[in-house]
Amino acid sequence: MCRLFALTSRDPVSPMLAIDALNVMKEGHDGSGVGLYLSGLGGPWEEFKDYPILSGIFTEPGLARVFEYMADKGFRSIYSAMFKPEVEPPVGTPVRGTYASIAYKIPKEWDDLPKAVVDQRLVQMRLDLRKEGEESGQIMVFSFWPDTIMIKEVGDPLAIGEYLQLGREELYARHILAQGRQNTNYAINLYACHPFFIEGVGTMTNGENTAFIPIKEYLQSRGVTGYEGYQSDSEVFTHIAHYTTKKLGLDISAYKHIITPMNDDEMADHQDREMLLNLKRSCRKLIIDGPNCIIGCLEDGSMFMAQDRKKLRPGVVGGNPEIGMYAFSSEICGLNAAIPDRDRSKDFQPMHLDTAIVGPDCREVLQCSQKDPLALQR
Amino acid sequence: MLSERPISPSTLSRKDLPWQIKWDINACTKCGRCTSVCPVNAIELGVFRKREIKTSMGLSAKPVNEFSTYYGITQRTDPAYACIGCSMCNMVCPNNAIEPQRQSDSTTLQFQNNRGGQSRTRGGRRNSSESLLDQLKFIRISMLTDPALDAGRHEFEMRTLLGRVLSPENEIKCFQENGWKPPVREIYPLVIGGMSFGALSPNMWEGLQMGVAYLNEEMNMPVRICTGEGGCPPRLLRSRFLKYVILQIASGYFGWDEIIHAIPEMKEDPCAIEIKYGQGAKPGDGGLLMWYKVNKLIAAIRGVPKGVSLPSPPTHQTQYSIEESVAKMIQSMSMAWGFRVPVYPKISASSTSLAVLNNLVRNPYAAGLAIDGEDGGTGAAYNVSMNHMGHPIASNLRDCYKALCVAGAQNEIPLVAGGGIGKNGNLAANAAALMMLGASMVQIGKYVMQAGAGCLGSEKDRCNVCNIGVCPKGITSQDPRVYRRLDPEKVAERVVDFYLSFDTELRKVFAPLGRSTSLPIGMSDGLGISDKDAADRLDIKYVI
Ligand code: SF4
Ligand code: SF4
Repeated sequence: MCRLFALTSRDPVSPMLAIDALNVMKEGHDGSGVGLYLSGLGGPWEEFKDYPILSGIFTEPGLARVFEYMADKGFRSIYSAMFKPEVEPPVGTPVRGTYASIAYKIPKEWDDLPKAVVDQRLVQMRLDLRKEGEESGQIMVFSFWPDTIMIKEVGDPLAIGEYLQLGREELYARHILAQGRQNTNYAINLYACHPFFIEGVGTMTNGENTAFIPIKEYLQSRGVTGYEGYQSDSEVFTHIAHYTTKKLGLDISAYKHIITPMNDDEMADHQDREMLLNLKRSCRKLIIDGPNCIIGCLEDGSMFMAQDRKKLRPGVVGGNPEIGMYAFSSEICGLNAAIPDRDRSKDFQPMHLDTAIVGPDCREVLQCSQKDPLALQR
Repeated sequence: MLSERPISPSTLSRKDLPWQIKWDINACTKCGRCTSVCPVNAIELGVFRKREIKTSMGLSAKPVNEFSTYYGITQRTDPAYACIGCSMCNMVCPNNAIEPQRQSDSTTLQFQNNRGGQSRTRGGRRNSSESLLDQLKFIRISMLTDPALDAGRHEFEMRTLLGRVLSPENEIKCFQENGWKPPVREIYPLVIGGMSFGALSPNMWEGLQMGVAYLNEEMNMPVRICTGEGGCPPRLLRSRFLKYVILQIASGYFGWDEIIHAIPEMKEDPCAIEIKYGQGAKPGDGGLLMWYKVNKLIAAIRGVPKGVSLPSPPTHQTQYSIEESVAKMIQSMSMAWGFRVPVYPKISASSTSLAVLNNLVRNPYAAGLAIDGEDGGTGAAYNVSMNHMGHPIASNLRDCYKALCVAGAQNEIPLVAGGGIGKNGNLAANAAALMMLGASMVQIGKYVMQAGAGCLGSEKDRCNVCNIGVCPKGITSQDPRVYRRLDPEKVAERVVDFYLSFDTELRKVFAPLGRSTSLPIGMSDGLGISDKDAADRLDIKYVI
C-alpha cells in the first residue's frame, strides 16, 4: 500500500523533508514511484504568486512545442525553473529530458473574463497539452495553475529526490504532498502517480477504490472540464474534493459526508439530519468503498485528512504550532522523522467520522466530526 | 373397446405426450387420490380386461380362454386433458405408485394443442432454461484492501432509493430555497413484482403480505410488494401496512375505483405507484384474467361482473402517445397523493425502452423506470407471446443505464430490472449482476411463487395452468376448494426465509468485490463473461 506524507508549514521548507519521511516509511511501498505537489511556493516564486505555472517533463522538441503553443494563446513566460539531470538516472527510471516549471503571464484579453472562465481555460490548456503529449510522447503536463508545482517520476523516492535534486531552493514550498507509490492494479504510468490535481485542489490516497467505475462515470457526466484521465482508481478522490468545494460550494468538512456518509443510526440525532440525508442521497454515486486514507490540500493552503470507516490503521496528524509546521502521515514513523520536536500527546488520528484540517496559518489541527453541525458554505 | 379404434389426424398415442404417467400396478392401493387431485383430469380410473389362454398338460383337455378384469389408472391422450407433469398425483399417492415422466422426444402434442382453432394460452414463464444472467461472473475480487471485507461481520448498507433524486446542485438549491422535492423511498433492492389479487389466490396474497410485513417490522428489511393490476383489498388500503405496498395501475384500470375511493381514509401513503404499460412475458399485450378466476370476490374488488374474462388493452387507451401518457399519468397520480408518493412506469424491455427513458429524464415527477425482460412470468398469455416475444433484460437495462450516464442522470432515475431473475435458482447472483449492470433494484414474481409457495412451474413446460384457475398448489386459483391447500402462514415463513438467505448471499457477493457502504450499481468492471459478443454488447470484461 502506498505511503503518504504531507507537510504544511508557515515558512517554505524543502520537499526533501517529505521525501526523507517517505524513506522512513519505506517498508510499506515498493519504491516504484514518487509524486510531489507543492504550493505556497517560496524563494523566487513568491513574486509570481498569481501567474499560472506549467509543470511537467519535456523533451527538447516538446519544450519548443510548449512555447509555441503558449505563444499562440498569448501567454508569455516570465520565470522558469528548469532542471535537466546530468547524471545517470537511478535503476528503473528512464531518461526523460527537462523537468520544468514555467510561470506565465496571462494575456491582457483575459482580464475581463470571470474567474470561473479563466480557471476553466487554464484547465483546458493543460488538457490540450497533455493530449498532444500523449500522442507525441514529448510532453507530460501535471498541472497548470498559479502557485502550484507538480513533479512525478518512477523510482525510489529517495533516489529520485537526489537525482532530481529536489532540495533546490526553488522548490521550497509551504504545502507539500508526497506519495511513495506501491504499484497496484494498474500499469505504471506517470499520470497514475499520486498526488492528483485540479484547479487548486490536490489530493493523494492509499488503498483501493472499488467503486471507481461508477464514480468515474458519474464525475464524467457532470460536464466539468478536467474530469477525465482517470489512470488510477483513486484519481476520483481529487475530483470529488473539487466537486464538493468548488461546484457544490461546500466546506471541506462536508467532503467526508459525501464520500462516506453516516448511516441511519449515526445520523438519527444530528441537527442537520435532513440536509445530510438529502446530500447522502443525491451524492450516492460518490460514496467510496474500501479502506482509504485521503490527504489533500486546497487552494487557500488548508490541508486535510479523512479516511474510510473501514481503514484499520488510520493516518496521523501532528505538529508544532511554535515552529508553525504540521505533518499528515500515513504512518507515525514518518511524522516522528519529520517533526520530532512536537507535543506527541496532541497527535490526532482521524477515525471513521473525522476530518482533520490544518489551516494555512499552521496553528492547530481542527478536528471535525461528521456529528458536528454542518459548516455549509465556504 | 373397439377392436379397430378410429384414427384421425389428431389422434394421439401416449407416446406423443411430453408427460407420461408411470403407474405401478403392484404398489397401487387403488385409493383414487391421484385421479381426484389431478388438476387437468389427465388420469382416470381404468378398467382393464385381460384374456389369458390356459393350456393344460397333455392332450386330453383343450386350451381355454380365461378372462379377468382389474382396475388401474389410465392416462388420457386427448390434448385437452394431457398431463402437465405437475406431479400432484405423486404427491398424494401413499405408495409412490404413480408419477409423471418427461419424454423429451415426444413432441407431437404441440402440433395439436390448438383445438377448435384456439391457440394455446397458459401461465408461467418462457419455456427456455437458458439464462445469460447465469453466465455472468464476478471477477473483481479485491485482494489489496486491509482488511478485506467480511460478509459476516461488516456493516452493509443494503438499501436503495426509489424515487426521483435531485442532482447535488439542485438538492442544495432546493434545500436553501425550501422548494418542493420529489418523494424518495429507501427500500430493500429486491422487490416483489406485480402479481394481482385476481391472478393470485387470496391465501397466496395474504401470505405474501404477511411475509413482507414481518420482514419490515421484525427483520428491519424495508421490503416492498407490488399489487399488480386489479386493485387491492379495501382493508389493506386502509391499514398501516399500505406503506409496504406499491399500487399498480394498468391499462384496464381494474380496481382503481376502489383505491381512489379509499384515498381519504388511507392512514399511510402507499410506497409508490407503478403505472404498467407492459410486461416482459407478453410485450405489447395487455393483462388477461380469464373468466375461470373471476369469482364474486375478485369481481367486487375489480368492479366488474363475475364470470367474465378481463383483458386489459395493450396500453393505456385514454392517452394518445407514450409521451403524453407518461407525462399525464405521472402527473395525475402524483397529484392524487399530494405529490408525496413516487410514481413510475413499468414497461416491457423493448427497442423503444430508451425512448421512454428519455421522456422520463425530462419529467421532473418521474420516479423511476421499471423494465421487464423477456423471461418474466405471467398468469395468462398466449404461448406464442411467452415463448417468442420480448427483449432480454441484460442488454436493455445496460443500454438504459448508459443512456442515463450520458445524460448525467444515473443517480436520478432508478432503474428497476425484472424478468427471469433467479429462474434457475440463482437469485442473489442474478440480482447482483443486474445491479452491477445498472439496476437500482430488481423485481421478482415467479421466484416468489416457486420459493414462497412451491409453484411447480418450470422452464420445461411443466404445470403452467395458472390461467385456468386449477393451480394444483392453490397459488393462482380462485376456487376455495383448491386454494385451501395453501397455508398463508407457511407462505409468509418461506418468503421470510428466502429473503434472509438472499441477503446473506448478496453480501457474499458484494464483500469480495469490496462494496459495502452502498450498492454496486453500475460497477460494471466487476463483471465478466466468457462470451465475446455478450461482453462487447454489455461493455464488460471478456474472460475465459
Ligand atoms: S402429473 Fe399432474 S397432471 Fe399429470 S396425471 Fe399427475 S396430477 Fe395429473
Ligand atoms: S403450480 Fe400453480 S402457479 Fe405454479 S405453474 Fe402450476 S398452476 Fe401455475
